[in-house]
Amino acid sequence: MSRSQPQRQAWLYLLVPLAFLVAFTYVPVVSMVVHSFTDWDGLSRSRDFVGAENYVELFTRPQLFQVFAVSLFYLVGALLQTVLALYLATVLSFGTRLGNVFKGIFFFPYLINGVAIGFVFLYFFQPGGTLDSALAVLGVQPRLWLGDPDLVNTSLAGVSVWRYTGLTLVLFLGAIQSIPPHLHEAATLDGASRWQQFRHVIVPSIKPIISLCVILAVSGALSVFEIPFVMTGGANNSETFVIQAIKLAFTFNKVGLASAAAVVLLVIVLLVTWLQRTLVPEERVEHS
Amino acid sequence: MTAKRRTVLGTVLALALSACGGGGAEDAPVVAVPGDPAKVTGAITVLTNRTDQVQDGTTKRYADEFAKVYPGVKVEFQGLTDYEGEVRIRMSGEDYGDVVLIPGSVDSNQYPQFFAPLGTSDELAAKYDFTDRATVDGKVYGLANIGTAGGFVYNKAVWRQAGVTDWPKTPAEFLDALRAIKTKTGSTPYYTNYKDGWPLTTWGNALGSPSCDAAANDKLAETKDPWGPGRDLHVVDTLLHDIVHNGLSEADPNTTNWENSKNLVATGEIATMWLGSWAVVQMRAAATKAGRDPQDIGFMPFPAQTGGKFCAAVRPDYLYAINKHSKAKEAARAWIDWFIGKSGDAQQSLSISAVKGSPLPESLKPFEDAGVELVRLGWAKNNLVSQIDKASEVGLGAKDYPQRIVDVARGAAPGDLVGVFADLNKRWAEAQGEIG
Repeated sequence: MSRSQPQRQAWLYLLVPLAFLVAFTYVPVVSMVVHSFTDWDGLSRSRDFVGAENYVELFTRPQLFQVFAVSLFYLVGALLQTVLALYLATVLSFGTRLGNVFKGIFFFPYLINGVAIGFVFLYFFQPGGTLDSALAVLGVQPRLWLGDPDLVNTSLAGVSVWRYTGLTLVLFLGAIQSIPPHLHEAATLDGASRWQQFRHVIVPSIKPIISLCVILAVSGALSVFEIPFVMTGGANNSETFVIQAIKLAFTFNKVGLASAAAVVLLVIVLLVTWLQRTLVPEERVEHS
Repeated sequence: MTAKRRTVLGTVLALALSACGGGGAEDAPVVAVPGDPAKVTGAITVLTNRTDQVQDGTTKRYADEFAKVYPGVKVEFQGLTDYEGEVRIRMSGEDYGDVVLIPGSVDSNQYPQFFAPLGTSDELAAKYDFTDRATVDGKVYGLANIGTAGGFVYNKAVWRQAGVTDWPKTPAEFLDALRAIKTKTGSTPYYTNYKDGWPLTTWGNALGSPSCDAAANDKLAETKDPWGPGRDLHVVDTLLHDIVHNGLSEADPNTTNWENSKNLVATGEIATMWLGSWAVVQMRAAATKAGRDPQDIGFMPFPAQTGGKFCAAVRPDYLYAINKHSKAKEAARAWIDWFIGKSGDAQQSLSISAVKGSPLPESLKPFEDAGVELVRLGWAKNNLVSQIDKASEVGLGAKDYPQRIVDVARGAAPGDLVGVFADLNKRWAEAQGEIG
């Protein structure tokens, strides 16, 4: 009795977030899976179950998976972003002057709405826009940052890096700051250099966060949507898997097929996460 | 625990399944225009994409005018910025206004599921154009207020400066004119509006212009190769391709901006854009705002002649329909009848009224003078065309299709125009085989 009372209370507190979670995540996911077995057009009051037909169509059209090549750009971007954030977080954690100001500056882009970022960078990349003008000072010729099909994904991935570095940085910084200060002190007393401290104190302590960031990076790269959708609408060789699914659903009224594509994406992301967890098992980090 | 989890999942599944059943199409009675205006009562909500008219009080004025004829009806407007997207979602419920513009993505064979019939085809086709666009089993489910003719909006001053005063009669002459503009003026000869995409999709509205054929759209249902040499889509898309391929369009299509393009045409920085007759008013407004002469904005037909005369295909704008679930269908029907027939909205927006026998707007005077034939497209087989279009994922009205042609033309995508046409023909023919 004495145990069940607080437990019941805990459930009571959890009720509201759980209700939200079920209503806005699990029910839609289930109905998406259901849609993926139908030929629903997104509007009609009736629909037929077609079994695995959508999945068969999906896997017999390899060109539908070609768009994952675009994700590689974002994946490379995300890895660069993780390294950059780790570097900046380490530097900031060593008590840099104006550290908090820099933290604010780096984190700020993440607070801006993704659509607004898209528009800002649209002007930034315009011919004769901010980037061209800035590079002209260095004597670099202007380029079509979004118009050149070989350059567009790099430009877009760059925007993504700009946007998310702050978030990764804050995650790393939080983890680094939770390392007990006496470890740093001991290392300093032993004459460890900054690099040695980073390599042997910081990295082992924040390993779980690093692996979390890698998972976020991979799943993020597979399901990029906002930035390319706002900036190019998927035109000019910048179409991602999610944009393609949106087009199938809302341009060609193939909600069933699009749902199947979304389910496949979900499975791929889960697989990647599972693979990553198997290859790099999570260890409990003991701060002693 | 596992068993319990299964039941929960099962319940959710069952719920999700049951949420999407029922509600087929039944034979609803025709809503006739009420005979005695005084007897009609009720409150109706009109959904509109014209947020500008809601904001500047135009809709309020229409409502007041309407109230003089139908004192018992109260009209309210809902302006929706993302009209297509919002209404499509609202249509999965029952609350999508009383009078509604039919979203373009709804196939006409679905109309009976959502809208009340406005009359029989025999009766309405005599009075209005484009009724076959919304006719299902002899009943008409939507009426257009206006039709729009496809054509180039151009800055006359710039074209004059380049020494071109007559409308080009062939695509080759048109390209020469653009070249002259490029060399003799500082203007960009053509602007694709590639980034926003939808202005680029209006190229599809040229269908029917080169061939001067009112059945051009219907014929797509049977043609195996709509992009075969000499066919309308071949001629039209080739012109778009050649404009871009010859460097006669803007430098970076990926950063174009529709709102700004209006100012650029008004000031002559852009010479030409393919749009429709609806765009002339907007460009003239932009010219006035920029302190230029609005009469410098001209409108010309597709550069092709059949039997020595130009043709311009005309297709309906949004169709007005009545929500099947409306509680005030009579009042809604009265509004549609009054708005299309008596409000004068079509004349004010310099559009081609869908009421048969209406005079052409002033902006199309040059078309009348030059003897341009306005070809009002037929839509008898549009439902089949639309099904083939979606199954083939060609997307005649979607932006990917013209964007791909622009990409190929400027070397941003692999392949050439011949390959694109072959691919489009192949996909079209395959989908036709599956459906037809």
